[in-house]
Amino acid sequence: MNQSTPPFPAWGIPDPVRGVTGTEPLLAVDDLHVEFATRQGTVKAVNGVSYSLNPGETLAVLGESGSGKSVTAQAIMGILDAPQARIPRGRIRFRGTDLLRLKEDARAQVRGRRIAMVFQDALSALNPVFTVGSQIAEMFRVHQGMSRRDAEARAVELMDRVRIPGARQRLHDYPHQFSGGMRQRIMIAMAIALDPEVLIADEPTTALDVTVQAQIMELLAEVQRDSGMGMILITHDLGVVADVADKIVVMYGGRIVENALVHDVYRTPAHPYTKGLLESIPRVDRKGRELYAISGTPPNLLDMPPGCAFAPRCPYRQDNCTTEAPPLYRIGSTRGSACHYWREVLDGSHG
Amino acid sequence: MAATGEAVLEVRDLVKHFPLTEGAVFRKQVGVIRAVDGISFDLRRGETLGIVGESGCGKSTLAKLLMGLERPTGGSVRVCGREIADAKGADLKRVRRTIQMVMQDPYTSLNPRMTVGDIIGEPYEIHPDAAPKGDRRRRVQALLELVGLNPDDVNRYPHQFSGGQRQRIGIARGLALQPQILVCDEPVSALDVSIQAQVINLLARLQRELGLAYVFIAHDLSVVRHISDRVGVMYLGKMIELGRDAEIYGQPAHPYTQALLSAAPVPDPDGRERRGRIVLQGDPPSPADPPSGCRFRTRCWKAQDICAQQEPLLQLRPGTWHESACHFAQVHDVMPSF
Repeated sequence: MNQSTPPFPAWGIPDPVRGVTGTEPLLAVDDLHVEFATRQGTVKAVNGVSYSLNPGETLAVLGESGSGKSVTAQAIMGILDAPQARIPRGRIRFRGTDLLRLKEDARAQVRGRRIAMVFQDALSALNPVFTVGSQIAEMFRVHQGMSRRDAEARAVELMDRVRIPGARQRLHDYPHQFSGGMRQRIMIAMAIALDPEVLIADEPTTALDVTVQAQIMELLAEVQRDSGMGMILITHDLGVVADVADKIVVMYGGRIVENALVHDVYRTPAHPYTKGLLESIPRVDRKGRELYAISGTPPNLLDMPPGCAFAPRCPYRQDNCTTEAPPLYRIGSTRGSACHYWREVLDGSHG
Repeated sequence: MAATGEAVLEVRDLVKHFPLTEGAVFRKQVGVIRAVDGISFDLRRGETLGIVGESGCGKSTLAKLLMGLERPTGGSVRVCGREIADAKGADLKRVRRTIQMVMQDPYTSLNPRMTVGDIIGEPYEIHPDAAPKGDRRRRVQALLELVGLNPDDVNRYPHQFSGGQRQRIGIARGLALQPQILVCDEPVSALDVSIQAQVINLLARLQRELGLAYVFIAHDLSVVRHISDRVGVMYLGKMIELGRDAEIYGQPAHPYTQALLSAAPVPDPDGRERRGRIVLQGDPPSPADPPSGCRFRTRCWKAQDICAQQEPLLQLRPGTWHESACHFAQVHDVMPSF
């Protein structure tokens, strides 16, 4: 899909050589940490996450609840809950500028206009007391100072583009009058209104039915083809990822455990967690047999195990796993795995 | 999962219409929602029938009807030969002992103020003759062990357990009365991906050990395929295709089943560019105002005049070995690698 991009940069892995030269990615998250102050103590939701995105590329961030995948996206957008959330370390470079160092008014220039987001739950993300037309038009009025009439005309164009039937008549309808799939189209219309360079889609189809999910994913792919924007797709669905992603970041317990090109992950996963997830999917050749199941439960962010967060559930565990947190080992030029025993995982030996 | 001949559940022409009313004080009925509109099937001992369909197709209403939690507008549900649809009082209680349910959301379906022991033992309060009082604690502990939990956990509360463990508690409660049939309504969809396989394996093991029959309702097609012997596909209150799992997934004959299967994302990126995908236009129509004739015709690429005039019945069609409700049913292989 992304033949136009230059030879693969060493994304996800800090690279002192290439980091500052000409191949600056569109968006680069670098060693990001996010913590939340709660009554029970400090929750370290994101612990040193790095990834990057090029124009026209789709990056899938895969993880379960509590893995930190959405918090990372909220940090990029600058919509973390203040004052509980804190970013003690890290950089988020957008076309070379560190967003975390910008003043709020400069940040607001980027948010929504150059980096936009589609949320999972369109019904709670849309304002129930305004018509969808006025909410889409608001994008043009606030960011571009358009007149009400011009903004409404643009809103109709956008609703047509995301294929809402009878766009002109439905301009004055309220969010609750639309079906789930149509509301998600409205969210997408608002997100692409100002031709963003990066679109972050946070579980855009999780609440939708399969046939509607296919429509929405097709629409997103089409918008991306037309505009060449980069997309970060946050999901827990291994099927959706396999359909659309160019590359994948797998998160677990606030860290990246594996990153790779999409085909590599599905063919030869290099982290026991990814491997376990792929093996636990029911497939036709596994019918009637017991499914492989990852034992145990996801970690509690308030009480993270020392060493590797996945160690308590890992079939490859050795003594050093419970004491030494594995770094993201580099495997070739486009892959990384945060497992001391990634070689064994790749070989498929024991476990 | 060997299903022996005897039917433990017989459903015939089951209909549930909900009145659609207007006005707060002087309510008047302005229409009906046809949530379930004429469904028939059998379930044999030890068998799993998967029910798939999208939201609003009536699959959860069907579950409630099977449990006798909703009174049907018409038709019959016979559980082990006994009618549940119009049973009352003591009769209803007796039938219900043979059919129990596992709910979708283990976070809201367990009372947070009750201990695990009280939750699993509550069916014995309602059916005191199922277990003598002195024996209940031992039985609860045996149930905990059966679903893979620690029997010493009887005095703990639901919040002390993870989502997957809570779903095990819900399953233990469903098994307390030693039912023949377990109705599972989306039993794994609220769980984290890494936990789903554990619960699916548990359900499969319990079926082998206890000879249970399952009605397994879910929207995840690959999960349904894994666990089911037969699969029924629902659309707008109708069963539009019913057959063995290999028939439904390998040789679907109804256009809706074909679209549904082809829309499901395949967890394998190889060959994704060549994958033929049928993307349906629009949303399912409202069950308050379903299309005439075939209910799928408004989104169907095969629709002709006859589809608007005559409702296709669920029956064997030429060239297929299982029942489908389409005038133009034709086997079409859509999903080679699912």
